[in-house]
This record gives sequence, C-alpha cells and structure tokens, in this order.
Amino acid sequence: MSTGTNTSTDVSASTSDTPTRDLRITDSTLRDGSHAMRHQFTEEQVRGVVHALDGAGVEVIEVAHGDGLGGSSFNYGFSLVDEMRLIKAAVQEAHRAKIAILMLPGVGTIEHLKHAHEMGASVARIATHCTEADTAIQHFGAARDLGMETVGFLMLSHRVGPAELARQARIQVDAGAQCVYVVDSAGALVLTDCQERVEALIAEIGSEAQVGFHGHQNLSMGVANSVLAYRAGAKQIDGALCALGAGAGNSPTEVLAATFDRLGITTGVDVGGVLAAAEEVVRPFLPRLPFMDRSAITQGQAGVYSSFLLHAERAAERYGVPAHAILQRVGEAGYVGGQEDMIIEVALRLAEERDLGDLASQGVR
Amino acid sequence: MTVTSGGLPRRAATAAIVGPGNIGTDLMFKLLRRSDWITPRWMIGVDPTSDGLRRAASIGLTASAEGVDWLLAQDELPDIVFECTSAKAHAANAPRYEAAGIVAIDLTPAAVGPYCCPPVNLDLNLDAMNFNMITCGGQATTPVVAAVSRVVPVPYAEIVASIASKSAGPGTRANIDEFTETTATALEVVGGADKGKAIIILNPVEPPMKMRNTVFCAIPPEAAEPGPLQDQLNQSIFAMRDTVREYVPGYSFRADPQYDHARDTWNGMARVAVFVEVIGRGDYLPDYAGNLDIITAAAARVGDLVVEHRQGATGIPAGAVSTPASSTSSTSSTSNAAQPTGAQA
Repeated sequence: MSTGTNTSTDVSASTSDTPTRDLRITDSTLRDGSHAMRHQFTEEQVRGVVHALDGAGVEVIEVAHGDGLGGSSFNYGFSLVDEMRLIKAAVQEAHRAKIAILMLPGVGTIEHLKHAHEMGASVARIATHCTEADTAIQHFGAARDLGMETVGFLMLSHRVGPAELARQARIQVDAGAQCVYVVDSAGALVLTDCQERVEALIAEIGSEAQVGFHGHQNLSMGVANSVLAYRAGAKQIDGALCALGAGAGNSPTEVLAATFDRLGITTGVDVGGVLAAAEEVVRPFLPRLPFMDRSAITQGQAGVYSSFLLHAERAAERYGVPAHAILQRVGEAGYVGGQEDMIIEVALRLAEERDLGDLASQGVR
Repeated sequence: MTVTSGGLPRRAATAAIVGPGNIGTDLMFKLLRRSDWITPRWMIGVDPTSDGLRRAASIGLTASAEGVDWLLAQDELPDIVFECTSAKAHAANAPRYEAAGIVAIDLTPAAVGPYCCPPVNLDLNLDAMNFNMITCGGQATTPVVAAVSRVVPVPYAEIVASIASKSAGPGTRANIDEFTETTATALEVVGGADKGKAIIILNPVEPPMKMRNTVFCAIPPEAAEPGPLQDQLNQSIFAMRDTVREYVPGYSFRADPQYDHARDTWNGMARVAVFVEVIGRGDYLPDYAGNLDIITAAAARVGDLVVEHRQGATGIPAGAVSTPASSTSSTSSTSNAAQPTGAQA
C-alpha cells in the first residue's frame, strides 16, 4: 500500500487496493479513547480493536497516548504500556489498515515521530492549537521526509472564525500537510459552525490537500457535524468505537458508518463489522461509557478541551469543588489543549473562594 | 558610569547582540538600564527592514543587517556576544566566536556550552567561553527542581511552560523540539533529577496570559506527608524563589506547593507540584512576556558576573551568587544606577 509517496493532491481516494468510496473514516478509539481509559490500554485490548477494525475495512487506525506521542506524564497521565509497544502491536495486527499516530509539537518531538515510524506507523497526524500552525512546520517536513502520509489537526477550531482557520490551514499545507482537519476538541461547534469552517478551508486549499473533520459529542453534534462536513467537501472523518474518547466522547465510528450508509455515502467500512467491534470488543473493557453529563455539556458550552474532563473530576475530588465549576472557569480563562496543569490552580482558587464564602456565611469578615 | 556622546553608557565590557527580535531587543534595554558592567554596542541581524535593527540604531547602537560575518570582520570586536537567533544559527556561530576570543552567552536552545542557571550553578563555570542559558522555561523551572533535589532524591521531574502566543517570536516557534529537549536535559543536569521531561504550550488568549510554569517532581512517599521532611522541602523551595527574585522581581508562586500521596500509576512515588508565574519587567514587551524577562535577566546577570569575575574588580567571589540574598547586594544586576537617558520602554 502506498504510504505518502503520492503527491499532496489526493492521498487516499485512488490507491489501487482501496475500494472506491466517498470518504475515508479514521478510527481514533486507541488514541482519543486513551483519555477515557486514563491511558491504561493493554496490548491485548489494542490487538483486539485493531483486528476488528481492520476486518471491518476501516482504513486508518490511530494509536498513541491520548495527548499524542510523548504524552505519558504527570500532567496528562502515565501510560500503562509504552505507546511504541502498542503501535508495534497494532502494526502487526493490521493486514490492510494503516496505523496513524498523533503528535502535538511542544509535547512530542521529531524523535518520537521517527521512533513511531520505525515501529511501522505510516500516517503522521500533527496537531496544533488552531492559531499556532507555524509551530509544526519542522514536524510536517520531518514526517514527509520519512515518507509518511501527513494530516494537520487544528485543535479547538471553534476558537477562531472560518477565515482565520483557513489561514492557519494554509500554513500547514505549505509545510507539507496532505489533509487538514477542522478539530472540534471541545464539541462546541454546532452544525453550520462546522460547515462554514470546512467550506473556508476548502476555498483556501482547493485541491492541494484534503479537508477532514474530528467531532466530539459534548453537545451531541459529532455525527450531524460529520455529515455536514462531508456535504461541505470533507473527505476524511474521525470516529471512535462506542464514542470512546475525551469529554462526552467522539463521533461513534459505528454510528458514522451506519449513518453514511443510510445516506448512500460510501465509506468502504462494513457496518456490521464495526457494530460488532463496538459491541463485542470495546464495550466489555470500558470503565464507563462516555456520557453527556453536566461536566461534559459544560465543556461544549464553555468551549473547553475535552480531555480536561477526567482531570477536572480528579481535582474536584481532591479539593472538594464541583468539576463543572472548574471547567466553566477553565473555559472563561481561555486555556488550550495541553494546559491540564491549570486545572489544579483553578480548583485551588475555587476552594479558597468556597472557604471564604463559608467564613462569610458564619459572619466572619 | 559615564555616558558617551552617542548616548551609550561607558562600562567595563562591550557586547554585541546577535538577533534583533523580541529577545534581543528586550536584552538590549535590560543591559542599557540595568547592567553594571556591559555596554551593548552592536545589534546584528540579517534583514535590513528589521524593526529591531532600526530601534537599536535609534538608541545609539551600531546596527548591521549583514550578520555575524560583518561583526567578525570589524577591527574592534565585542568582549561578549549575546546570541538571540536560533539553535541552528548558534550551533554554526559558536566556534567562530570562540576562535575570535569572544565569550558567547547563548539564549537559544542550541545547548553548545554548559547549562547555566544563575541561582543554581553559575559558580561552577565562570571561565567558560560559551554559556548556555537553556530556555526561558528552563530558567523558570530548574531552580525549583534543584530546590527539591537538594532535600530529597528526585527520580523524575516534569515541567509545563505556558506562554502567551504574542511573546513567542519566529525563533521560538521554529525551535519547539529544541526547547523541550534542552529544557528536559537541564532538569537533569542543573535540576538534579534522574530524568527530566518538558512540555511547552502557546496560548493566544486575549488579554495575553502571563507566563506560567508548573513543576512536578516525583518524591519519596514520606516527603508528601506533613512533617519535618516536608517542612524542609517547603523551606528550600521558598528560599529558591527568593533567590530568583533578586534578578527577576516578577517571579512568584500562584499557590503553595501541592503534595499528592504516592500512587501505583506513579511507580509508587509521591509528587510535589509548584506553580510558578513570571511577570516581566516590561523592558520591551508588556509584562505578560515573563518568558522573555527571565531569560534576558539571567543572561544579563551572567554577563555581569563573567565580566566582574574576569576583572577581579570587587573581590567578591562569583560563587556568592548561589547563596541567599543578603550577601550579593553589591553585585546585583538589578541596580538602576546605569539607567541611560535615551532609552524608553
């Protein structure tokens, strides 16, 4: 299978051994789902998921720590099993699918990228905050030099308008991205918000690269946004089995497959196969199903990076303040992906205010 | 201090600043206003339309857009070069400075010379020809790791540096990997951790966020419980904060150090977290750019101490910089005595 030797105009639609289809689904259960699993995936789980997805015809499967290569840390949570071992296992298990990795410049480095490539990963998905595309220029270059297919991720895409987002997409394409994703990290884009951004990117980059969409379910919009993204011209769509992902989870891969099938939009994915993968492979090992609870909805409303959820819950428990209040405050402060450390400070501040309020209610001034 | 007809103060040593961007410009103002020993005489760039070159020329420095080639071809060479370009550029320039007998103080993450963080280890290497100022995040965080590792073993230290997008110029943006790698190594070499990890985040929020650094250190389980060992740790951490404040007045903690009990997922270790905020002095960019302030302040301080050491002028041992505040007042680079008349914020 071709892995990035083609030109930037069409990276996936016409390779000889892939079926003709309207769009390509990338499954991120083993990367975005890592957040919901507190980064405790085992090799056995990874092999099981890859085997099922590969059998169902999913063409790209992403495997990495939730925060991308090098994400194993105090700040984001340590991986139970080294991600390079998981990537290698995924590559061994996949017969047809390409294994993708995610990396965030500032968290992971080109060294991590090279290591993942040695393990057999062939798609490099490189993510920046939606206004900071130029921090990834060296990484796109390195990925292309390695012969990897490249995808750019513009995270928290709701934070800027379509025109600015398109300017940032241009920077990624010029740096070597073969596709740029509108990434709704907070699940905050509602229908036309998504559509307008995809349209703006397509107007800017034309046929030089594809456009993709990565949705979250915090406001229950993941699948609907994905359909509108496709109608606006997106060719790559992300999902995760059982919605396993940060916040209220991702657009469920199995629902995407069923919905596109019903609309007569071909994805090359066997709907029965991904339904079985979700029900029989992923569901049994889930610690809890991703759910639109008060905290997750607050994330969508306040535009908070989805992976902050479990960290906010942990800080809520530690400092005795509500998780949704922490997330609300994080949204107001405008923190971006990767700033999980700020959650502790916000929780401390809320606890301090609570204590002062308790004193005031007792008449102490 | 006397002031020359050109408006520049006349001090013991001369310096060239190579790289007229945010960091170089902030450093220029800092040296003019606060250095006791160094006159910045040259500002060197490669782009004739650079604002930084124009600004430097208007203040009285000799500005050239013809790069290091031009600088090294002059009859009069600087005593010190402050490198404010990029890691790649400094890697190429470093041997040339050394061959010309010029001391290089490197503000890029090239990591050519020994890792240098004034409050922790400057006394070790004042005779070096190349001083590696690590990174802005490294200057803000390695002192805290060193303060912890002086009390208990630190098998692992991790820092998260958050800076305002507006304070990150093209050099910083093109050197993200070098930032994380150089900072991580500094946590080991200077901070005393067995293993270091660094993360950097750029945040574009308006109004811009002030530089924030979270320092996480793995510590033995008993150190996370209240008691004499924890008291000793807190004492060490706060003493280090006060030492850094001598030359970076805007260096503070957003909260008390937070201790978390040992966890299985942390390899059985406990954790201390320290939340550092750095508010800049506004020498060039506004106060949110504490990241510029802390590295230019450290570089200016190293410059002063190197010159002072080589002149043997005061007889105060350079190593005094790593002892508490009271003993170093006479060498402090925070003195305003050298305020030039022409400079403005």
